[in-house]
Amino acid sequence: MHAPDGFLNVGTALATGALSAGTIGAALRQSGQTLRDKQIPLAGLAAAFIFAAQMFNFPVAAGTTGHLIGGALAAVLLGPTVGALVVTVVVIVQALAFADGGLTALGYNILNMAIVPAFGGYAVFRLFRRLLPRSAGGVVGAMGLAGLISVVLSAAAFSIEWLFGATAPVPFDTVFGAMVAVHSLIGIGEGVISALVIGAVLAVRPDLVVGASDLDRTQLADRRPAKIRVFAIAALLVTLFVAAVVSQFAAEAPDGLERVALDTGISGAGDSPLSSGPFADYATAGIDNERLSLAIAGVAGSLVTLAVGFGLFAAARGARRGDRSVA
Amino acid sequence: MGAGHAHALYVHEHSAIHNMAPEVKLVATFLFVIAVAVTPRQAIWAFAVYASLLALITLVSRVKPGFLVVRLAAVVPFVLFALLIPFVAGGETVEVLGLTVSREGLWGAWNVLAKATLGAGASILLAATTEISEMLRGMSILKVPPALTAIAMFMVRYLVLVSGELARMRTAMTARGYDPRWLWQAKPLAASAGALFIRSYERGERVHAAMVARGFTGEMPDLGGRRGSRSDWIRAAGLVAVAVTVASFALVFS
Amino acid sequence: MSRVALSVAGLRYTYPDGREALRGIDLEVGVGQKVAILGPNGAGKTTLALHLNGIHEALAGTVTVGSLELRPESVGEIRRRVGLVFQDPDDQLFMPTVAADVAFGPANLGLVGEELEARVAEALAAVEALSLADRAPHHLSGGERRRVAIATVLAMRPDLLVLDEPTSGLDPAGRRELIATLQSLEMTQLVVTHDLPFALELCDRALILDGGVVVANGQTQKLLSNPDLLAAHRLEMPFGFVGFG
Repeated sequence: MHAPDGFLNVGTALATGALSAGTIGAALRQSGQTLRDKQIPLAGLAAAFIFAAQMFNFPVAAGTTGHLIGGALAAVLLGPTVGALVVTVVVIVQALAFADGGLTALGYNILNMAIVPAFGGYAVFRLFRRLLPRSAGGVVGAMGLAGLISVVLSAAAFSIEWLFGATAPVPFDTVFGAMVAVHSLIGIGEGVISALVIGAVLAVRPDLVVGASDLDRTQLADRRPAKIRVFAIAALLVTLFVAAVVSQFAAEAPDGLERVALDTGISGAGDSPLSSGPFADYATAGIDNERLSLAIAGVAGSLVTLAVGFGLFAAARGARRGDRSVA
Repeated sequence: MGAGHAHALYVHEHSAIHNMAPEVKLVATFLFVIAVAVTPRQAIWAFAVYASLLALITLVSRVKPGFLVVRLAAVVPFVLFALLIPFVAGGETVEVLGLTVSREGLWGAWNVLAKATLGAGASILLAATTEISEMLRGMSILKVPPALTAIAMFMVRYLVLVSGELARMRTAMTARGYDPRWLWQAKPLAASAGALFIRSYERGERVHAAMVARGFTGEMPDLGGRRGSRSDWIRAAGLVAVAVTVASFALVFS
Repeated sequence: MSRVALSVAGLRYTYPDGREALRGIDLEVGVGQKVAILGPNGAGKTTLALHLNGIHEALAGTVTVGSLELRPESVGEIRRRVGLVFQDPDDQLFMPTVAADVAFGPANLGLVGEELEARVAEALAAVEALSLADRAPHHLSGGERRRVAIATVLAMRPDLLVLDEPTSGLDPAGRRELIATLQSLEMTQLVVTHDLPFALELCDRALILDGGVVVANGQTQKLLSNPDLLAAHRLEMPFGFVGFG
């Protein structure tokens, strides 16, 4: 997920950079006083934990492994604001000290790996907390779904950025289809592992899980996992459905595109990365697919924005209530 | 894809590049990478100039070229993606080595490959010649919010310790015959990650107590340290000026 | 006893989860004394140490350092006077380099520039660790880490040094060097430890803490030569120890 330099055009890099800087600035202001005190070393240790968790290989199937991304997990453990800050620090240090991810790509890498999964994942988490029983089991189930969906939201966010900043003639539909399909599968691992980690923390120090701070002792003691299994199966079905639907778009795209691209004779020569319009020509190149393309982009964009917005709202409300969302 | 490494890229050496003040190197690297990013892809000569600039800096910094090449492997997943572009992209097609590929796609692939490689090369040189703590000091001099640099400082300090604890827990599990191959066998592993979070959090509390015991009141003290000298800035400006001139020429004459 | 360096009276503390850690501690330490605090796990030794410079707030009772009583308004000065060395040096050494870590305390006191550098050099010299100044803490050996942790506190020129389990995790040579370092420091010292021979070698006086109260107080040698007293509080001299003489 650590995109290198030159992956999206300069305008998109600048726009996502401004968006990320603005969100992080707001997050810093919001957590200001609490962060100044005890939080700084705690957030630093949490960042070291997330960094280590990203190196943490878990088995997927037949001995192959995957690794955690950790944005939603950080948000549920630490609250969305501190969670987003912590993962942002991880992404920045990975770019600077480990050359993991491009420096000009920091804007979209922070957006996709820290802000969208933390705020979006937290929004999904709150939503499922409402639907699931008020118990430790409910928190674990909501975490699993939030982990899964946060990864899909990240993939959708990246695809939408591609719509604005594509640097190669691969249409939005193809990128969106491939990204969302692949990440739905990656998300299963992310969801399962995040849920198990939260479960383990809840069993020993439930007071450390910000996402469960509204539960009392008896509710925390209720760890019936039966419902989680039902939800795990539901999540799997949803994922397969998404993957199947999305791959339909992905499969259709190249044909239509090739034909039309020939007709319209897209010319890449003389195309400076600075001169792109609101949508990169590349990403909407398939004219007959354009409407569909924009429709998917619109729906996906609204979903990502809604999720992130709701997460921000939940964070802000938590802060006003004097919630220990950063305790 | 970029599963990180606990050990930074820093290579201990004494060179003109190592000795440069961190804030100067940060600014220069950023400007260089931006120049690369805005350069139109068909200005192949410009990318050749950037590559030779990087080669020159590598030479001066005494970082082994082999090290640079090995570390560039971090961009491999994206190289694979880039190599796919000519096949999935649309547009006019050309024959290359008997394969029919999209001309536009080839340009797109070249664009990503060239910029990603040069950008990663510049980042690797920065990381290889600058200790992380110096990098963070450079960031605070450049007015990055102190909360972010302070969090990063604690993260870097305890990274080796935390990942070491994770590795030890894993060894302890393997020693007792745990060898998971499927996702549903991952529960003990995830439990160890949960335990690691608790340990990290509790260490954070102890570190905080240790800070308070020495008079910490919420503001990290400024411990000084060398600032970039005029000659640091002039040398960096020389390098950046070459890159910016090249980028401007490439933009105007393409 | 001449002047009093530390006096604690009626100190009580209960953890947020309801566990009673300290149930009325009274003790007095004279200037220049080295006193060992012994006791089984969970006796409240570390909790007591954390009270001495105001990290935990007492439920009842007073802590007085010199003539200054610990109160919210005096906590800053108390923290300068009482140097606390934590059990795990990795918790204490959080800055990127040894020099930066030793500078952290005095910088919080407002020292800058050459004055700060001189203070860092003085503290590192006192533990014979000047050569380690630019090293990263995670590259130090256990013994070096322990000595540097002490330097971070010495840099604040405390009147009273409180050490929590200073010999834990040290190899015999590191332990020997630590004893030499502590013996060379003339300030008042309070050492929380399980290492009875260490207490015997360093401290003339010892207290035994159990169940949150002081159960014995006297000459270290006398306390340690009373096997029944030791056994009653889960303490014991190492097998074959022949250090009494």
